[in-house]
Amino acid sequence: MASLRYESQVRQPLVVGEKTYHQVTEDIVRPIEAKPSKLWKIGFTVSVMFLLFGVYSVYREVVYGIGEWNLNKTIGWGWDITNFVWWVGIGHAGTLISAILLLFRQGWRTGVNRAAEAMTIFAVMCAGQFPIFHMGRVWMAFFVLPYPNSRGPLWVNFSSPLLWDVFAISTYFTVSLLFWYSGLLPDLATVRDRAKEKWRKRMYGVLAFGWSGSTKHWQRHEALSLVLAGLSTPLVLSVHTIVSFDFATSVIPGWHTTIFPPYFVAGAIFSGFAMVQTLLIITRKVLDLEDYITMEHIEVMNKVIVLTGSIVGIAYITELFISWYGQNPYEAAAFRNRWDLSTPYGWAYWLMMSCNVIAPQFFWFRKLRRNLLFTFFMSIIVNVGMWFERFVIIVTSIYRDYVPSSWSTYYAPTVWEVGFYMGTFGLFFTCFFLFSKFFPVIAIAEIKHILKKNGESFKENMDEEEKDTVEHFAHEHAHAH
Amino acid sequence: MAIKKFVVGSFDDEKVLFPAVKKVRKAGYKIHDVYTPFPIHGLDAVMGLRDTSLHTAGFIYGITGTTTALTFMSWVFNKDWPLNIGGKPHFPLPAFIPITFELTVLFSAVGMVLTFCYICQLAPFVKKHHFHARATDDLFIMVLECTSKTNEEEAKNFLAAAGAKEINVQVAEADWWLGRYDKEDELYAKGTTEVAHS
Repeated sequence: MASLRYESQVRQPLVVGEKTYHQVTEDIVRPIEAKPSKLWKIGFTVSVMFLLFGVYSVYREVVYGIGEWNLNKTIGWGWDITNFVWWVGIGHAGTLISAILLLFRQGWRTGVNRAAEAMTIFAVMCAGQFPIFHMGRVWMAFFVLPYPNSRGPLWVNFSSPLLWDVFAISTYFTVSLLFWYSGLLPDLATVRDRAKEKWRKRMYGVLAFGWSGSTKHWQRHEALSLVLAGLSTPLVLSVHTIVSFDFATSVIPGWHTTIFPPYFVAGAIFSGFAMVQTLLIITRKVLDLEDYITMEHIEVMNKVIVLTGSIVGIAYITELFISWYGQNPYEAAAFRNRWDLSTPYGWAYWLMMSCNVIAPQFFWFRKLRRNLLFTFFMSIIVNVGMWFERFVIIVTSIYRDYVPSSWSTYYAPTVWEVGFYMGTFGLFFTCFFLFSKFFPVIAIAEIKHILKKNGESFKENMDEEEKDTVEHFAHEHAHAH
Repeated sequence: MAIKKFVVGSFDDEKVLFPAVKKVRKAGYKIHDVYTPFPIHGLDAVMGLRDTSLHTAGFIYGITGTTTALTFMSWVFNKDWPLNIGGKPHFPLPAFIPITFELTVLFSAVGMVLTFCYICQLAPFVKKHHFHARATDDLFIMVLECTSKTNEEEAKNFLAAAGAKEINVQVAEADWWLGRYDKEDELYAKGTTEVAHS
């Protein structure tokens, strides 16, 4: 007989094992209170070395100018803007998990949202570097801000998509940071109240803002989270839409298409989830959090990857079709420079196609979705593919311009261009290592909140009312009014 | 600075906490607050707290952002320095939408978080008296404020009957102050004479 509580048979517990509230705290705070492991130290050192190499590469660019990069006559945007779009895209999965899935009441987001949001913030930090240093005279970067100046005042052009980007990225970074940190407050207080060492008590005392757990504060905190989620949802869609406007509002064949906003947003979520997989598969293993980031979580994210990967695939094919169907010779030429393997960058296009469209189709198989090694491998493949997507869009659209005499220059990056990119990896992983050492990588309070509903040891417990069978309940209450 | 006396009871199950809050309120005790490690839906209603107006504040901040962006951009393009950019209109509303939207979100989010921190008295270096260290771990801490009419013993017994596990009486500063969590509170050591009732 069916009981009153309906639950889908395929729904797996979100927290595995016998857990109490205290055990949850213990499990998640343990890595913070323990000494850093050898693996952590090695990883952190390597990241910092990458970061330092990046700093040196950027130093070269600032001192000697953009000539340190191999940008040339037709290719004004090369690796730098490719990397910018790539990093911004990666950030999108964090906001999708923390905001959009909150609005859709997806319980599984709880295990992964904190780390994914942290990833968003670090990725946007990396992304921001590229347009800023691409300016060349980086000390004049503040010219993009509309402030009353002594040149008229001469204002910025509010109709320019590049300026929209300034506003979109800075707003995105600020709002993500606020959302992330306001969610962290209660968990930092948990760490503070358990701390034995004085320095730890003091440090987390400052970080936790004096959070006490008052019912009124929780009520406001919930309202705040909900509204911030509501604001972040259109925000995250707008950010990559505006990034795509950088291309779509131009008149370059290959960029000037209306399909760009949805195509870019889907691609962003696609690459973002791949990066979340890369990070979390390692994190759950190293920090011993397999009970909280379960196979169920990994599988659900793989489903998102196959969905968004296929959306991106449809976008690619639509673009190709329109370049033929539209009968615009310039558009057709731009796309021929992509799909024709005999052109200089044809390889990049087909690499992108196989990584982004063909490879994720393996995730239709449940066995492969639940295979950690395969998922990890695929997450790298997808990120490589998505990098090449941006590279293909940017470089193949501009390397052959309207003047055939400038066609011969093949664009390959210099070591400093690559070094800058490596440096942002250093920045990203340095931040992530620090985060995983000093902050709770899983939202403790949120896990406790769902523990008695979705925890393995509590799923069987039902209230008296819930145990009631549908037939009996209907019989008792059918004519109550 | 209000230094007061509190009867503190800890509960280890939210199912016991709910009826206990109801009973305590019915008996006429003044609940100072209930501290919980995670949000418990419905507890605010049981405690008789009114709904928060933070959403309204967020809305007001949001429309402030909308107006700021629209007025500022129109003023710049039409009044202060009407540049001719390729003969394009001076009031291109569609082109203003992205920045207007971003500023709406920015004002709303920043405003709401600042308001939240202000009304909850949250800030770095702020210190509060915490009635139980496990209130952020696994216990639900109910704190009753002693007024001149409260009989402590009676209140303690009442809490015990309602299901509280650990019960004690604390004299504490009810507000926040600047302090450090690695140092003992000296604040209320000087002011115990001001305790409402002993």
